Amino acid sequence: MPANKKKHDAFARLADWLENGAQPLDEEIGESLADEAYEEENAAEKTIPSVEVKKQTPKKKKRQERHRRKRRDALTVGAYADAWWYRVTAFIVCVSLVGLLLYGVVRMPLFGNADTLADSEVASFYVTHTLEETGAVNIVTGIILDYRGFDTLGESHVLFVAVSSVLLLLSIRGEKDEQERLLESDREQRTEPDHDLVLQGGARLLLPLVLIFGIYIILNGHLSPGGGFSGGAVLGAGLILYQNAFGYDRIGKFFTYRTFRAVSVSALLFYALAKGYHFLTGANHIPGGIPEGTAGAILSGGLLLPLNIAVGCVVTCTMYALYTMFRRGAF
Amino acid sequence: MILAWWQNLPLFLVLCPLMCGVACSALRGKASRCVTAAMCAAESAGMAVLLWYTASGNVSFTYAMGKIGAPFGNELRAGPAEALMGLGFTLVLTLSVTGGNRSLTEDVESKRMNLFGAMIGLLTAATAAIVFTNDLFTAYVFIEITTLSACALIGVTNRGRALFSSARYMVMNLLGSGLFLLGLSMLYALTGQLLFPQLASAVDALIAENRYSVSMYLSFLLMGLGLCIKSALYPFHTWLPDAYSNATAVSGALLSSLVSKLYIFLLIKIALRAAGEEAFIHRIGDVLFLYAAVGTVLGSVHALYQRKLSRVIAYSSVAQIACVYLGIALGSGEGIAAALFYILAHSAAKSMLFVTSHKLRRACGGADGLEDLRGAARRSPLAGLAFLAGACSLVGIPGLGGFAAKMYLAQAAIGGGGWRMPALLGLLAVSTTLNAAYMLRTALILYSRDKPAGEAGKPKARDAAFAAATAVMIGLNLFLGFCGRPVIELIHRGLALFS
Repeated sequence: MPANKKKHDAFARLADWLENGAQPLDEEIGESLADEAYEEENAAEKTIPSVEVKKQTPKKKKRQERHRRKRRDALTVGAYADAWWYRVTAFIVCVSLVGLLLYGVVRMPLFGNADTLADSEVASFYVTHTLEETGAVNIVTGIILDYRGFDTLGESHVLFVAVSSVLLLLSIRGEKDEQERLLESDREQRTEPDHDLVLQGGARLLLPLVLIFGIYIILNGHLSPGGGFSGGAVLGAGLILYQNAFGYDRIGKFFTYRTFRAVSVSALLFYALAKGYHFLTGANHIPGGIPEGTAGAILSGGLLLPLNIAVGCVVTCTMYALYTMFRRGAF
Repeated sequence: MILAWWQNLPLFLVLCPLMCGVACSALRGKASRCVTAAMCAAESAGMAVLLWYTASGNVSFTYAMGKIGAPFGNELRAGPAEALMGLGFTLVLTLSVTGGNRSLTEDVESKRMNLFGAMIGLLTAATAAIVFTNDLFTAYVFIEITTLSACALIGVTNRGRALFSSARYMVMNLLGSGLFLLGLSMLYALTGQLLFPQLASAVDALIAENRYSVSMYLSFLLMGLGLCIKSALYPFHTWLPDAYSNATAVSGALLSSLVSKLYIFLLIKIALRAAGEEAFIHRIGDVLFLYAAVGTVLGSVHALYQRKLSRVIAYSSVAQIACVYLGIALGSGEGIAAALFYILAHSAAKSMLFVTSHKLRRACGGADGLEDLRGAARRSPLAGLAFLAGACSLVGIPGLGGFAAKMYLAQAAIGGGGWRMPALLGLLAVSTTLNAAYMLRTALILYSRDKPAGEAGKPKARDAAFAAATAVMIGLNLFLGFCGRPVIELIHRGLALFS
């Protein structure tokens, strides 16, 4: 029973997961441990007369052990991680890098120093022209979605790459057989929260507020502080809360891998198409034909509102996908 | 005014692969592979058209991303140098993906093929964006995309060590990105500009007034250091051998010939366009030369000791990248042009080595040890021939790209004079000898008449894609070797338009 009890402790569970998850990996490393160098060493020792071998057995064992550990370290943490000079050098490098950075930073112009900011016409241009040119009351949204929209396009694809990489790397094990699946569902039952009344009650109370607030931040992003990134983060947190309180079965009814894929792919494609149209017309000085609306109204700012919605969708999906991938390795 | 139609190409060359990559993730494996191949081919064609127009008109132009251009909005810039490098990178990408198609089906599970396609698409888009960018922060954003997708490309095979290599790659490369971001933000705090031309004039003004010089040089140092780590200059190369040798053949080819070279091109762009030679290359030239010199020799020495084919190829990359940095460290226009040519020649040869090495290993039942690969080239003649050509190119046999690259490097050193001339010529001699020692030894082992130890791989249907891609790759190497003159003149013209 104590062993079972231990499993309910979060850290023990983590250790358990690490142990089971990393085991196949260990085996593979073990295979490559038996490499030529090791075999050669063994072969050399076999020629030693038997009397001496008897004497040296503990020593030899120790040496083998050390060799094995070294090979292992070389594969996992680096060949020299154990050596004292490696640690000393690492320490010196870190300290000198920190020193160098501090040295440079204290010689930077002070924040708000007039004579450096005066050099930059860019900042003052943003403050004076954003509302008129982009229709965004919130200057930050105007900058990130219009002036520097290309960076933001890249940035939202960074999120996509991150999720795709995690999907690619965490689904590294091939098809699961029946037994593994049983083990997994067993583990899930142990780790999932059992209808926790406090959590569920809190979630029932909080969730509507969280979701509505997230949507508000996204939709009002061009008028007040906020936008797709922050609103998406709020919505993603809401989804994570929902999953924690009510479990995978309930969230699976409206948010699965297919939903995730459809929403994020179409949002990104829409974003790229809309921005591409904007870039193309802008660079060629063709009128874009997108109504600007009156500044301050919810339907204003041209493409800003749809772009904010697209970014919000991508960020929501990314937040939830990263959480659930790291939590159980699948959707 | 409306731009000429081809002046819109940079936008499409970035956006189309981006959208293809995203779409690939929602497709099935086979469809995604077709989309990826078509996208790569279209990308190369687009780069070629762009190169044709910019080179024939000898023009470079900026492309405002939106209504308002510099210094307020994002901007792309294209000229002969950008288009040529872009063409080189995308051509290598296309050939690697086509030639390694068969190896991908063996190494990557079909259900993950769509995500692999997505990664290739995003990597292509990031390549185009970094090549064309005229903006420091855009460069950073697409560096992130490159890093993450490269990381996924390493770990995509089903092998445990690939995951470790991928993790190590990620740690080292994120350190590089972090340093780059630190430098970038410090520079922005000093100048208030992010676009290269405006940044250059702001830096010039700061130098003239002699203000904040410590912070400014520190910011350049951090950016340079970050890019050196990411492109595996010698003491920072530790992530490279594992990453290249454990990845699948296509990933290895892309990482060695695209990803790491991309950062070097970005470094050159920053040095020439954003910092001005005075502020950057002349200051760090000596240090860079020292590191590159050590790397040229020690990278080759490491390669001599390797017993696995993939690791020999990986370590030779360390040495060759150091050679590219030698050209940059010369500090002259000729040196930088030679470095760019070296990048092209090395990409053409190295991607070929990676793609063919998989075929050779397959011919010996998947063995990777050099001893087990005895006579592999006799079992797989085309792969053997291509490997030989690539090895000869890296060594610098006349008629192949590597020879021309080394020759231009030597010419640049002789033209520059000073103490760097004898040093560089000596280094080239030593590195050529060492290259010959390990590359030709490997080729001789592959062609030995001894019976191979490993089981012969199953005879498979003819791999037409591999044959075609290999033939084009050999042709590319021969072209660079025999017609290097027009290429390097093109680079010179492009660099002249930089400032």
